[in-house]
Amino acid sequence: MIYRFLRITFILAGLALLFPVTGSAETPLPIIHEPEGEGVKCVEPEDVMRRDHMNFILHQRDETMHEGIRTSKYSLAECIDCHVQPDEKGHIASVDDKEHFCNACHEYAAVTIDCFECHADRPQKFIDRGGQSASLQNELHPMPSANEDKGDELK
Amino acid sequence: MSDSVNHSRRSFLEKSAVVGAVTIAPGILLHQVASAKPDDKAVSDSVRWGMLINTSNCEQGCTDCIDACNTEHGLVGNDRPQSDTQYIRKVTLRDKMTGHELALPLMCQHCETAPCVDVCPTGASFKRKDGIALVDKHICIGCRYCMMACPFKARSFVHEEVKNQTLSSPRGKGTVESCTLCVHRVDKDQIPACVEACGKGKHDAMMFGDLNDPNSEISKELEKHGGKQIRADLQLNTAVRYQGL
Repeated sequence: MIYRFLRITFILAGLALLFPVTGSAETPLPIIHEPEGEGVKCVEPEDVMRRDHMNFILHQRDETMHEGIRTSKYSLAECIDCHVQPDEKGHIASVDDKEHFCNACHEYAAVTIDCFECHADRPQKFIDRGGQSASLQNELHPMPSANEDKGDELK
Repeated sequence: MSDSVNHSRRSFLEKSAVVGAVTIAPGILLHQVASAKPDDKAVSDSVRWGMLINTSNCEQGCTDCIDACNTEHGLVGNDRPQSDTQYIRKVTLRDKMTGHELALPLMCQHCETAPCVDVCPTGASFKRKDGIALVDKHICIGCRYCMMACPFKARSFVHEEVKNQTLSSPRGKGTVESCTLCVHRVDKDQIPACVEACGKGKHDAMMFGDLNDPNSEISKELEKHGGKQIRADLQLNTAVRYQGL
């Protein structure tokens, strides 16, 4: 009888200890910044995008690159323009940050993407190129010295 | 130029263009209207984009085209002229006999039979139907065979990490790149940034247009005054031609 009592006590004590531990060890879900504004909707429903966004982007990428089709619906630039916005403090997350829209989920799912080794990770208007925004590109500082190729003879 | 141009289709297009232009603004011919490509339409081989460079108008020391190119494509150097990316190089030609020098901008010549496309092991180096030679950086493995194959030294390898790229010119470490003939602008019926800058600077040394269209400004100029290919002996049928060589 005493053994049964002790066993139940131990089990209860074990459970009491276990619950808070498992609760705090749970991996927190990624925080995703939704685009702001009323009536702002993604190009496809959320569950479709979650599962198939990579296929949409891949398809669009090949069409644009090889055939010159430049529709914006599934373009990566459109995703970035909507989803990557500054936070309350005006800080824009880089793709290396957990707060970045793309990286938030990819880091959670342990998926390494290399889109941003070539593509900009933020909207063009938030890119500072020598103190000027991308829209003022025509006024940007060039690099003439690197391009002079004096003395090259083709004849 | 390709011989497979459908002439009945072309004459139909010419007529449509004239009708369209007259309808929009009588007396003013809008060249852009005739060739406007909707965003959802693929490019076709009915056009072949090309460039004509008049070297006698190209000033030595002027870098307007290069500056515009660097700005347009976000080409930022690392103070390493040997390895920094350059889409356009200003080349000085010197006649050894007379000592006469002339300068010309040299970029990807968008060859019809492009050696870079021939040697690419992955298909990353390819030509669009409208004749523009490009690198699909998604499948480029950075082997640099194309750089070796190019007789014009037109391609560059990205050696270092790149951040804050422009929207129209994604570029990154480990891939090869070269002049895209400003394909993103051409698809929107604009002219390449270098040609625009050259015109703005009142040099008028560069001309851009459709080599397949006998009525385009560039074709007429080529017919009238001709235009040489650099390394014509290689029979690459380049889309960039030069006058005054």
